[in-house]
Amino acid sequence: MSESKKSNGPRGKVTINSELCKGCGFCIEFCPADVLDFSNTFNAKGYHPPRAARPENCTGCDLCGIYCPDFAIFGVLIKAVA
Amino acid sequence: MEPTNPVVDYLRMDRIPHIWCPGCGLGTVVNCFVRAIHSCGIERDLISVVSGIGCTGRMAGYLRLDSFHTTHGRPIPFATGLKLANPKLKVIVCSGDGDLFSIGGNHFIHAARRNTDMTVICVNNFTYGMTGGQVTPTTPIEAVASTTPYGNSEEPFNLPHLAESAGAVYVARWTTFHVRQAIKAMKEAVQKSGFSFVEIISPCPTLYGRRNKLGDGLEMMRAFKEKSKVKNGADTREVGLDFKGDIICGKFINRERTTFLERYNTRMAARLGAAYKPYEGVL
Repeated sequence: MSESKKSNGPRGKVTINSELCKGCGFCIEFCPADVLDFSNTFNAKGYHPPRAARPENCTGCDLCGIYCPDFAIFGVLIKAVA
Repeated sequence: MEPTNPVVDYLRMDRIPHIWCPGCGLGTVVNCFVRAIHSCGIERDLISVVSGIGCTGRMAGYLRLDSFHTTHGRPIPFATGLKLANPKLKVIVCSGDGDLFSIGGNHFIHAARRNTDMTVICVNNFTYGMTGGQVTPTTPIEAVASTTPYGNSEEPFNLPHLAESAGAVYVARWTTFHVRQAIKAMKEAVQKSGFSFVEIISPCPTLYGRRNKLGDGLEMMRAFKEKSKVKNGADTREVGLDFKGDIICGKFINRERTTFLERYNTRMAARLGAAYKPYEGVL
């Protein structure tokens, strides 16, 4: 990632509802900006929900939200593309 | 203020979390479907979703739209009745491969033949998920199911070809990996006048994937990514699915045919003349 992009800050924000997650990993695998990773904590059902490990990369494309079979994650655009 | 998930508005959140297994693609299909419906901009009271029985049959129950969970194999007859009673409705059938093509196969071909104005979304996971993984009319040759422990030896249906031959005006196939394309296909299918059919290939890691050693849901999704080939406008005779073979995806058919109600009104007007008032439903 180039320096100029970094200074602009993240374009999107990902919101995770850990309790709905069933740990399938679709969001982590298919995030085009590689924002997500499995967290070390468990949710009430015993799955490892994702966490935003690299939130600065998020573009707010909401692909994680479309893939998530459990409606536990979604991305929103917080800054319009310059 | 914390943003809320855009799909929540279309879901009966009191029934969520749903019963589908981790790694199942059905939730992804619901996600795509909700986004497709939302982008169509149709008034919500005019949409009705009908499902049959099975894992996919539960889709209607999770959607906060007018929805009905019918008996096994009968979502299309129910949807036909709904459409004829109130032609203003957008009627959408969401059901699985076993429900639509085994128990309800007869209804599917006749609805397509009549060109009833409805959309059928078939989630094809190659097995009966809810009842323990029995063989379905779409299970590929070689694949192991609970009723075919030595591998299936029946020729499976080629669903896009079946739909085209029976008379569907819109036929597309995508997998749960192709979410953006699936949303677009569902949107086009819902907006299309006539019998439109969208097949979505979905992973069933618990039964089909486990028995055939295809790995978990994520592994099956990776396989969809690798093996799918996009061929828009492909000849549907050549898009049959093999066990572990290529998955041909794309929009295969988009054509025009007179719908059942249009034909009925034309016929009756020709026969009865000015005395005939075009049928606009009984409501």
